[in-house]
Amino acid sequence: MKQELKFKVNGEERELWIDPKTLLVEVLREELGLTGTHWSCDTGACCCCTVNVDGMAVKSCSMLAMQAYGREVTTIEGLADGPTLHPLQQAFIDNWAFQCGFCTSGQIMAANALLNENPSPTREQIQLQLDGHICRCTGYNMIQEAIQDAAKRLQKSKV
Amino acid sequence: METKYSVIGKPTGNVDGMAKTTGEGKYTFDMYLPNMLYGKHVRSPYPHAKIISIDASEALKLPGVKAVITGKDVPGGKWGLWRRFRELCDQIALADDKVRFIGEPVAAVAATTKDIAAKAVELVKVEYEILPGVFDPLEAIKDDAPLIHEDFENNINATRHIEWGNVDEGFKQADYVREDKFTLFPQAVVSMEVHNSLASYDKGTGKLTIWSSTQSPYYLQLGLADALKMREGDIRVIKPHVGGGYGGKNSTMPDATTAALLSMKTGRPVKVVFNREEEFTTTEHRMGLHLAIKIGLKKDGTILARECKIITDGGAYTGLGATALYLAGIFQTFPYKIPNWRYDAFRTYTNKVWATSVRGFGAVPTVYAAEVQLDRAAKEMGIDPLAIRRKNLMEPGYEAPGQYKVESCGIVPCVDKMAERIKEKWPKLEKDEGIGYAGFAYMSGGIFNWIDTPYAYSGARVQVNIDGSVDLFTQAADIGQGHNTVAVMICAEELGIGIEDIRLHPGDTATAPVDLGAWGSRETLMNGNAIKMAAGQVKQKLVDLARAKLGENIAYDLVCREKRIYLELRPERGYSYYEMVEAAIKLNDGEPLIGTGHYTPHNKGMISPAYGMGIMAMKAKVDRETGLVEAKDVLIVHDCGQVINPLGARGQVEGSVHMGLGYALTEEMPNDNGLVLNPSINDYKIIRQRDMPQIELLDVPTYDPSGPFGAKEAAEATISPTAPALANAVFDACGAEFDSNCLKPERVLKAIREAEKNQKNKAKAKK
Repeated sequence: MKQELKFKVNGEERELWIDPKTLLVEVLREELGLTGTHWSCDTGACCCCTVNVDGMAVKSCSMLAMQAYGREVTTIEGLADGPTLHPLQQAFIDNWAFQCGFCTSGQIMAANALLNENPSPTREQIQLQLDGHICRCTGYNMIQEAIQDAAKRLQKSKV
Repeated sequence: METKYSVIGKPTGNVDGMAKTTGEGKYTFDMYLPNMLYGKHVRSPYPHAKIISIDASEALKLPGVKAVITGKDVPGGKWGLWRRFRELCDQIALADDKVRFIGEPVAAVAATTKDIAAKAVELVKVEYEILPGVFDPLEAIKDDAPLIHEDFENNINATRHIEWGNVDEGFKQADYVREDKFTLFPQAVVSMEVHNSLASYDKGTGKLTIWSSTQSPYYLQLGLADALKMREGDIRVIKPHVGGGYGGKNSTMPDATTAALLSMKTGRPVKVVFNREEEFTTTEHRMGLHLAIKIGLKKDGTILARECKIITDGGAYTGLGATALYLAGIFQTFPYKIPNWRYDAFRTYTNKVWATSVRGFGAVPTVYAAEVQLDRAAKEMGIDPLAIRRKNLMEPGYEAPGQYKVESCGIVPCVDKMAERIKEKWPKLEKDEGIGYAGFAYMSGGIFNWIDTPYAYSGARVQVNIDGSVDLFTQAADIGQGHNTVAVMICAEELGIGIEDIRLHPGDTATAPVDLGAWGSRETLMNGNAIKMAAGQVKQKLVDLARAKLGENIAYDLVCREKRIYLELRPERGYSYYEMVEAAIKLNDGEPLIGTGHYTPHNKGMISPAYGMGIMAMKAKVDRETGLVEAKDVLIVHDCGQVINPLGARGQVEGSVHMGLGYALTEEMPNDNGLVLNPSINDYKIIRQRDMPQIELLDVPTYDPSGPFGAKEAAEATISPTAPALANAVFDACGAEFDSNCLKPERVLKAIREAEKNQKNKAKAKK
């Protein structure tokens, strides 16, 4: 039997009726059309599907959508401020921090949660936070450089 | 440094950057069509079995199930990429008479939801008669081994013999000869976007449109034409953004054929998406093999002869495995002069999912053996490992008789630069640290035409509109390597405009000229040349017009640069690009300016028009108690010709090293009688962020006459040296020798104990 889910997604209140066993990633992609959140491993092992729930990095394949009831979900589509890219997004482009781009949404959303908590992380702290994020293209170094670059840009913009 | 270029050579952000960092860029995986059905496969639980019967009646009764198909519903025949040799076109859409590996599809269902499709798959009853299977290449060639394909005696799928010089004489003259044996394990591809396709068949026109996660829209079009018995031109393949390929998305796979067949049957769009377990167990991987290698050298370290024999675990079908067999031999000889060389290779069918092209296509396992053996020889002969490499390097113009010619060749300055840099970079090693070297080279696209295309290898069309904006059409495939950026940079450089002036229309067989796709590091050189030619045609029209209007001496050269067309020696004399475009179109009776370009290599040998090359050094540390090896630091000196986009080139090198380190340290696919034992990202260990070393990349620029603006490959060469450089670093640190890749702690501990025993025995013998 379907149940009602009320939550906030990228700043908008959403109400929908879903099968309670539906995963958050399925609701985001298939009900709300937010396909920027990808899904790759089926076993919670790759972190491709990472979104922010109340500011925390969460694997949306490992959370039932109903667990997001009353909470605030941010996906990659909600990160930019209108037409202006978030510093993380711009830094990912400028530092060539993605290639195929399939895991990129997850990397950026994890980095976003990290920078919210720790505005100038060391290389080791980035590696620790993003260690579960599998990328088959980049070898990670350029991702870590982009996150440090974004941290600097964010701090500058706050001064 | 002053450069004559305004676009290429400058670090340029990815033109797909906005699409890929905002979630707005769509992959096939992200596409849903109204009224779409979900397809799913019924797969064999047995590695080798006859199909006795398939009963789909219960599945068809399930509400929401719209169709079930089996091998009997496939109108076409077999297909493959070796179209010049039809007997090697052995793939089938759905197994009809028998299955040859665990997970082979025997039927497929189409249903209104994913859940119903999954339930329906469970309801299809298949009766099998189990046949004995064979799982190792050395078993497969025995006379009493079960035959996997009736027409292939002893399960031998393909063989290769290549030879030059006089190998036996070379060994006779050698002061030092050694032989080694290796077993190299397969490596999974693991693209983050799984294989998936969305097909929509128009019953009225009899035409098919398919969106697919492919490396080559053209190859997919050919494969589908064979499988569906349709004309190529009636099939439109569209390649949206692709979430990685690495060689594993060249073959036409059942995601595409089944989506198409189910759409033709139901008249509705059908999407087939593999899950991760299907990726690991039923899609292609890098070949495993047994290898024997023998080298003969003069006292001073000069290589006189080498002989290599391999037998590969091919799996159930051919894929690009037969090509890998060839390249495995060829690239083992690079970047060294080997005057006498012999290579014998056998590819066997086994009851496993099959092996194909994977990043470093062919080269990775054989280069491992050659580079590791070279260090063992150097140590026994008392020669420094970098010096022995320096002694044998290719030079510009080097030719391997009947096979290849190397034009631009920066390997000597690369090794010299390495020798210099390494002294500053790693002046002192800590305890249990070692440095390992490996040389490398790779092709900038393949010359061999097993696909038997009648088209040019790459094509492009440029259309310049009245406002100066450019539409660039090509089937060239960006699967993440950054070719879209390279393509517009080359077009912009040639026309003297900016990349923001160009709209690229890639990867659509209905609108763009054929390109063979992203494999063998071919797009920069081959598609780059086609684009440069297409843009060059338009440029010529603009230059001619400007020359006529200026009324200058015909001998004076004009250039297109920074949106102006002007006299090279008197830059103030000229016109704006926009002015000339508008005038040229008006003169052309209102037709936009069109340029068409194509590229097919001629007179460049058998392998490739140009070779990227270089040398890698790896610093590693071994924990003698736990056997854990840590890749600490990497130094690469690289010749990839004129770099088009330094950011993209670095990205490719970093990525190659990452996948190479997985091959070196953690990635293997244990298999029990045809069953892959670790089919998940939890159990198949890809190198993670904390285990990835920093990489210092130094360039030795050369200019290759075959490349657009002198460019060569930068995509794959650096995967091959990674694993041998690591194994050589461990050898340097503690003397441990390995006869395989994947240096897991248990293998390392065993090798350390073995090395210690050998050292003790040697010491005893001395006493």
